[in-house]
Amino acid sequence: MGHAEEQTIERFPAETTRVSRGGWTWGPHPGLARWLARWGGRRRAFVVPLGLLLVWEGVVAAGWVSAYLLPPPSEIGRTLLELAASGRLFEHVGVSTLRVLVGFSIGASLALIVGALVGLSRRAEDYLDPTLQALRAIPSLAWVPLLLLWLGIDEAPKITLIAIGAFFPVYLNFVAGIANVDRKLVEVGAIFGLTGFELIRRIFLPAALPNLFTGLRGGLSLAWMFLVAAELIAATRGLGYLLTDGRELGRADLVISAIIVLALLGKLSDGVLQWLERHSLVWRDGYDSRRA
Amino acid sequence: MTDVLLDLSVDEKSFLSHRVIDAIRFAVPGGEIVSLVGPSGCGKSTLLRIVAGLDTQYCGTVRIKGAPPQVHSPDVGLIFQEPRLMPWLTVAENIGFELGRLGDRHPRVKELLAEVGLAGFPDAYPKQLSGGMAQRTAIARGLLSRPALLLLDEPFSAVDAFTRMRLQDLILALAARHGTTLLLVTHDIAEAVYVSDRVIVMASEPGRVTGEVRIDLARPRERRHPQLAAWGAQVLTLLNGGTIDYLDLTDELAAQTPPGYPIATEHLAFAL
Repeated sequence: MGHAEEQTIERFPAETTRVSRGGWTWGPHPGLARWLARWGGRRRAFVVPLGLLLVWEGVVAAGWVSAYLLPPPSEIGRTLLELAASGRLFEHVGVSTLRVLVGFSIGASLALIVGALVGLSRRAEDYLDPTLQALRAIPSLAWVPLLLLWLGIDEAPKITLIAIGAFFPVYLNFVAGIANVDRKLVEVGAIFGLTGFELIRRIFLPAALPNLFTGLRGGLSLAWMFLVAAELIAATRGLGYLLTDGRELGRADLVISAIIVLALLGKLSDGVLQWLERHSLVWRDGYDSRRA
Repeated sequence: MTDVLLDLSVDEKSFLSHRVIDAIRFAVPGGEIVSLVGPSGCGKSTLLRIVAGLDTQYCGTVRIKGAPPQVHSPDVGLIFQEPRLMPWLTVAENIGFELGRLGDRHPRVKELLAEVGLAGFPDAYPKQLSGGMAQRTAIARGLLSRPALLLLDEPFSAVDAFTRMRLQDLILALAARHGTTLLLVTHDIAEAVYVSDRVIVMASEPGRVTGEVRIDLARPRERRHPQLAAWGAQVLTLLNGGTIDYLDLTDELAAQTPPGYPIATEHLAFAL
């Protein structure tokens, strides 16, 4: 301590009182230091993308790549601003978000019901699970022609496709979550006279919640993926349509803008679920529970 | 001693044609504290599950206040070796679990929190509790419905020796306060003798009662009381089938493989 103090006095005379009286070590206020450290970490996350953007802009400006094929970030920014100013961007975003919300809600709700059935009843598992596992193996795009044939080209086939996409991750994770519920806790539930729906609601559902959130987040990201698949093929509005439109008009800036908006929306909606997850799983005794 | 609270007579109980219980009969009057002591596999935990109504596959008759055992009876509480708290509920919510939604707001929960010394932790989650605190929460949960009979299945065997002594005193104080009858399964002879009015000693294969020791000593008891040690020795004798018996392995080990080689345990005259 004495040694450090001497050094401090030598180099930072103004700080001596802080060091000797409060017993503080020299440096910024601890809260400020934590904040700086955290922002230091966050700042580092921006280094690579910003660097790439600069390289991208430079490469196009130098004429090494044609601006027609790879519009520079500045042009994409302009396109996004134009789209926003004309209101078209919000229309596309609104339509796509609504489709994802409706499709995801339907798919996830069905997955909850079927998952509870299969997870809790051996017989239901024997009947349903093999079929569902087989259906899961079908690639998403294979559904599209069939859905168009059956449901026309309106909203119905798109929402159905998104619901199919959201269903499986939620279903699989929920069933796995139920299978992992501690038998001893179920016995406690039984001792307190819980049966049927009450047992599901008070023991199985909360105990399977960590898995369920994993499934919901996976389901939501697949819902966005299936949305693009649906809108690429038959749509007059939505971000997938913007992608098709950009390709047909030969405007790479539109395509890249749509991709960026899709990435932001995906990240944003996952962030909402992540926030919900953190707040409803504060009880979890896991490695990273300190962050909650 | 008042009326008989628990009248137990299990003639036979088998798992897969293997007889685990053979003709066990005893009665517990209201307010008595009884321990079941015996080696593993003597069926003491099975007996407890029968009384709790969790196991119905047996021959015999069991009566609690004159009625057959049933799951979720208001007369019977059950406490396990592990606390078995719901990790997603707070201490208060766990204690009030039986009451359902908003069970943690019930005045009885607040009372119990104070009684088990957790008045400062109603909102803590199980992951934040020590082993002793978690088991105290479980005890409070078991006492919520004010059961006349509290069944305890090796309730203190998972905590350290100091916590165990404090929990023993806590359960005695709570039993005295509420007039609760305790039926306790334990492996710990000192615990059985210290806590109980009567220790029932069991033997295994098949599970049966070999005798009982009555502990006539007023509470609060002094743990170092010589009489307790004498009763403990009596229990130990009963456990060993009436002989003073210990395993002398010197000859067996000498006849075995030379030092440094693994011991062929299957040739030993006793079961490990």
